[in-house]
Amino acid sequence: MSSEIEIEDLNAWFGEKHVLKDVSMEMEKNRITAIIGPSGCGKTTLIRCINRMHETVPEARVEGRILLNELDVYQEDPVSIRSRIGMVFQRPNPFPTMSVSENAVAGLKLRGTRDRSVLAEKAKEVLMAVGLWDEVRNELNKPGTSLSGGQQQRLCIARALAVEPEVILMDEPCSALDPVSTMRIEDLIYRLRENYTIIIVTHNMQQAARISDRTAFLYMGELIEYGPTKRLFEKPENELTERYISGRFG
Amino acid sequence: MNLRTRKMKGNAMIILVALAFVIIMIPLMSMLYMIAIRGIGAISLEFLTSLPTPPGEPGGGVGNAIQGSLMLVATASAISIPISIMAAVYISEYRGKLSSAIELITDVLSGTPSIVAGVFIYVLIIPRTGFSALAGSLALSVLMIPTVTIASYESLKAVPNHIREAAIALGVPKWKTSLFVVLRSAMIGIGTGVILGIARISGETAPLLFTALGNMYWNEGLLQPTSALPLLIYNYATSPYRSWQAQAWGAAFILLVIVLLLNIGVRIVARKR
Ligand SMILES: Nc1ncnc2c1ncn2[C@@H]1O[C@H](COP(=O)(O)OP(=O)(O)O)[C@@H](O)[C@H]1O
Ligand SMILES: [Mg+2]
Repeated sequence: MSSEIEIEDLNAWFGEKHVLKDVSMEMEKNRITAIIGPSGCGKTTLIRCINRMHETVPEARVEGRILLNELDVYQEDPVSIRSRIGMVFQRPNPFPTMSVSENAVAGLKLRGTRDRSVLAEKAKEVLMAVGLWDEVRNELNKPGTSLSGGQQQRLCIARALAVEPEVILMDEPCSALDPVSTMRIEDLIYRLRENYTIIIVTHNMQQAARISDRTAFLYMGELIEYGPTKRLFEKPENELTERYISGRFG
Repeated sequence: MNLRTRKMKGNAMIILVALAFVIIMIPLMSMLYMIAIRGIGAISLEFLTSLPTPPGEPGGGVGNAIQGSLMLVATASAISIPISIMAAVYISEYRGKLSSAIELITDVLSGTPSIVAGVFIYVLIIPRTGFSALAGSLALSVLMIPTVTIASYESLKAVPNHIREAAIALGVPKWKTSLFVVLRSAMIGIGTGVILGIARISGETAPLLFTALGNMYWNEGLLQPTSALPLLIYNYATSPYRSWQAQAWGAAFILLVIVLLLNIGVRIVARKR
């Protein structure tokens, strides 16, 4: 099951610094929404508000509403929200103390699943889902950090999938990877769209154009333009968007 | 400055450094040498396993002191390790209102002279319970807790934040993240701190003088006074009896070997990093 996200008048701060200003937008079910914009414009902060990671930073503050299938995310227990909205980070961050298979099901296990056969089965399932199973089936007991960068990132995606989220947030998931690994992850993201709602931050406009259904352009904490990807890249309505996608700044 | 004077200065520095090295090594090596030479002779199965004989009588051993030391160190560890790790998790992961207070107390305690730890327990506990192994362990804990807390805190701080975020973002509650992810990542550093803490307290005499007191017989429980290697060394070395003085060297040798092994243990654990 996947879900849609609705953001209404979202404002976010780091201390006194106002980094998101009245952002309102909807992310559709089973679609890939890309968020683009120059560095520091608030892309990471925006997705971290959705799974309530923003508030874990001291001094950070949020106002506004975010609905997950009409359920107000900020009225719920953040721990349960985070299990329903998974996240993949900019740098691959498998747990260094855990093996490949332990990493894959770390979330499940830490959330209380004890049954070994359930865990082993789930590990296989999610590693297959991210196309890693054939590559690592003989290295399941090696540390997760011994894999290549691209494999580590797919392991992190598998780890997020194992918790069975409805929405997956990705923060520039390919920015630390080589072109071949990037391609593989883009393919994977495109396939995941069938079962999940995906929101991906990227500074790579070609990537946004290749994989996303809708694109949002954020600039200095404001949502400047949001629409179908093809339309936004071919016929931007706002001049800032036009300048950004034609590479004249940022 | 020409090449020759520069070379001469360089050589002079090398000689100074070598000299400093020798000056440091002389007392260390002669101490090890002396303890080994005088100590090894005293070691025998009887020495390791039997009770002391009355003063002046030959034979006997330090079995009860070894027993007592093991008991004191084990009990102090059982008290200190959980408290220290919990305190470290609290100040590093929760940064609550009490964090800076605990940090300050820990820093001050870590500089406390060991005799003060003994006096503290003596005043606080001995009037109620009398001398006991437990009181000795508590005095040792006063010394061990800051060492282990500081080492654990430093190792927890060194765990990169992205590890915490990865767990939190999976929907893992904060307390589980702290205990099962962050703490696990810091285990090597904490293990090193624990071994160093144990090495430190195994040689302490002062905190035991008026808590564990000493005992000529086997210890039969935590609530009785107990002998311990450092106590026995102190008593025997300052006694007028030849045989006891010889046995003090033997006991010193055992203690030295234990501390040496613990330090080698630290190296082995730390190399796994
Ligand atoms: N932990 C933080 N503390 C204070 N300011 C921050 C923190 N993280 C990000 N910021 C600031 O918030 C703004 C938005 O950051 P971010 O969302 O990371 O941008 P982006 O992902 O688009 O590069 C930036 O100006 C950045 O400097
Ligand atoms: Mg960012």
